Amino acid sequence: MKKNLVRFVAVFLALVLACAPVSALAEASYTYVYDFWGEYQECPDAYNVSAVITSADLGLEKPIKNPQGLYAHGNSLYLVDTGNNRIIELNRVSVEKLEVVRIIEGFNGGPEPHTFNSPMDIAISEDGNIFITDMNNSRILKLDKDLNYIMEFTKPNDPTLDENLTYTPSKIVVDTAERVYCVAAGINKGLIKYEPDGIFSGFVGATPVTYDFWDYMWKHFFASQEQRAQMVNFVPTEYDNCFIDKEGFIYVCRDGVLESDLMSGSAVIRKLNLLGSDILVRNGYDEVPVIGDIFFGNGGGKTGPSQLIDITVFDNDIYCALDKNRGRIFAYDEQGRLVFAFGGNGGMEGYFKKPSSIEHIGYDLYVTDELFNTITVFTTTDFGKNIYQAVDAFDLGLYDEAGDCWQKVMDVDGNYYLAYIGIGRALLRQKKYKESMEYFKLKYDGDNYSKAFKQYRKEWVESNLLWVILILVALFLIPGIIKFIKRAKHEVNTAEYFH
Amino acid sequence: MNIPFIKKDKLDKYWDSLKFAFYCMSHPMDGYWDLTHEKRGTYAAANTILIVTILVRLMSLKYTGFLIQVVNWERINIFLYIASIVFPLGLFVVGNWALTTLFDGKGRLGQVYMATCYAILPYSVIQVPIVILSNVVTVEESQFYFTLSTIALVYCGLLIIVAMGQIHEYSGAKNLLFMVASLVAMLIIIFILMLFFSMISQGVAYFVSLGKELLFRL
Repeated sequence: MKKNLVRFVAVFLALVLACAPVSALAEASYTYVYDFWGEYQECPDAYNVSAVITSADLGLEKPIKNPQGLYAHGNSLYLVDTGNNRIIELNRVSVEKLEVVRIIEGFNGGPEPHTFNSPMDIAISEDGNIFITDMNNSRILKLDKDLNYIMEFTKPNDPTLDENLTYTPSKIVVDTAERVYCVAAGINKGLIKYEPDGIFSGFVGATPVTYDFWDYMWKHFFASQEQRAQMVNFVPTEYDNCFIDKEGFIYVCRDGVLESDLMSGSAVIRKLNLLGSDILVRNGYDEVPVIGDIFFGNGGGKTGPSQLIDITVFDNDIYCALDKNRGRIFAYDEQGRLVFAFGGNGGMEGYFKKPSSIEHIGYDLYVTDELFNTITVFTTTDFGKNIYQAVDAFDLGLYDEAGDCWQKVMDVDGNYYLAYIGIGRALLRQKKYKESMEYFKLKYDGDNYSKAFKQYRKEWVESNLLWVILILVALFLIPGIIKFIKRAKHEVNTAEYFH
Repeated sequence: MNIPFIKKDKLDKYWDSLKFAFYCMSHPMDGYWDLTHEKRGTYAAANTILIVTILVRLMSLKYTGFLIQVVNWERINIFLYIASIVFPLGLFVVGNWALTTLFDGKGRLGQVYMATCYAILPYSVIQVPIVILSNVVTVEESQFYFTLSTIALVYCGLLIIVAMGQIHEYSGAKNLLFMVASLVAMLIIIFILMLFFSMISQGVAYFVSLGKELLFRL
């Protein structure tokens, strides 16, 4: 007995000592998620920096200056070197190594000038045609793959647009039919849509105007002229970037987000269908909406909400948004749940000064920084790989495998909420309702719990049908019987025969 | 039922008055009149109902299904939960009595308290079954829970209004007027309490700083 006590004390002391350095080093981890209560939770890294590629690494004579766009097409990566008015086509030799294929500084034929002035973005259609937004020349160029001029898209001929407005197209996406969707500064009616023949055909997906009732009352009935002039106009917000996924849905995001915008529930990321309505699923925890960071306090001189400057969407519908405010990357799954967030401001590898663009090849992420003039390459760690494998397996209907992968994720991080929900969903598909309910309950996933519970309840009632019927019958009969007995007793007691 | 040290007739009276609370629930006009005028209610029963209500509220915190209510146990203050029943009740009783006693109200302070306690019985009666129900519903069916819990509160509110009318012997319109006035009185009491506490704390702070200054100089 005494020996046991000594042993216990020894183990306890050893544990205390083992834990001490960990708590002493308690600084914010690189990767994190938010839990049900909206509280910060540390998380193992899902991505590692595998390389930071500079102009020197690429062997460029003229160093990269103010890169604004990145576009992946197959195995090649196009870097829009805005400051040098050129586009650099890179080939991915290996994960860490990119190789310059060609430098696009102009095109053949077509109207003058044959060079670019602040190109902002590039997109390539399925047929291999190249679309470039030539911002300060107010045009979008369509070139064939050998850079011969095909056509240009100019300022939309729309009566609602201000005539004096300089047309500055910045970001574009092209769909499979070569329709062009474009973001332009000063145009808040949504994305500008051009048909394949170059004709402007309308605006897509304007943000609905949101305003507070009291703000409206104040502005319209009480505020003076000067006050009114200072107030923000109730106008739709402009988008800042867009990405077209493999199914043809366009994800748009915006920066310039104010805390008041988030209060009034205006969306920062939207997923537009063909009609331009927002179909982004937002089934995440109430405390963790799809807005990036949920704490806006001052940290390292950065305050306010996340400013999501760019977005990229994997084939499994997980999308990564890039926050230029705090230099972070937020990944959400198709249900709108935060998968992980990582990054920060700073000069170390994996931190940014002013990130400008994000793109992916496979599950590798490429992020440009417009002040460092670098491309940072992120590759998945085992933890991240397991998450993606689990999601992919589930999408393919391999529920056993998905469950196993999530189990591996949980072995690494027992706090990671998506692992619980993932295992729960796998169990649910395997008709193990009782077990799946426990997993959902642990991470407060009410909707999935409800689904599992509905099935569980059905099974339970079916297997206990006899008892259920018996109890129901008893509930109806017993009061009647008691009443009958009471009346009989009463009649017997008061019967004249016995008196 | 025989419990030592408690006289049997007293126990019977208590038991009857407790059962009478259910009669008041279904026959409020009649019940609340008899409550004071026929002396059918007891303070013991009123206290019992209040304690049961507090217990039911605490139990519902623990046992309500997680689809309907998720509790962050780290941030729960049990005393605040108890106060959330007792404090408004106390405010209402004092506020109502303070007003009605000036305007021909026949009820005394104790009677107002007793009637109010009797009137919050539906909360417990409805809350207990729906807490059980809340554990066997899905998200879509949870609307039943919310409807029933709203009904419980409205029921309690209506009973309080009727109860006050009967024990003060007020007509309908006058009764409603004084219910509203009681709410205003509650607000005023809160205001005065806050004023009082801030004055006291400032006064204390003054003497504390005075003491500090003295100690510093000595």
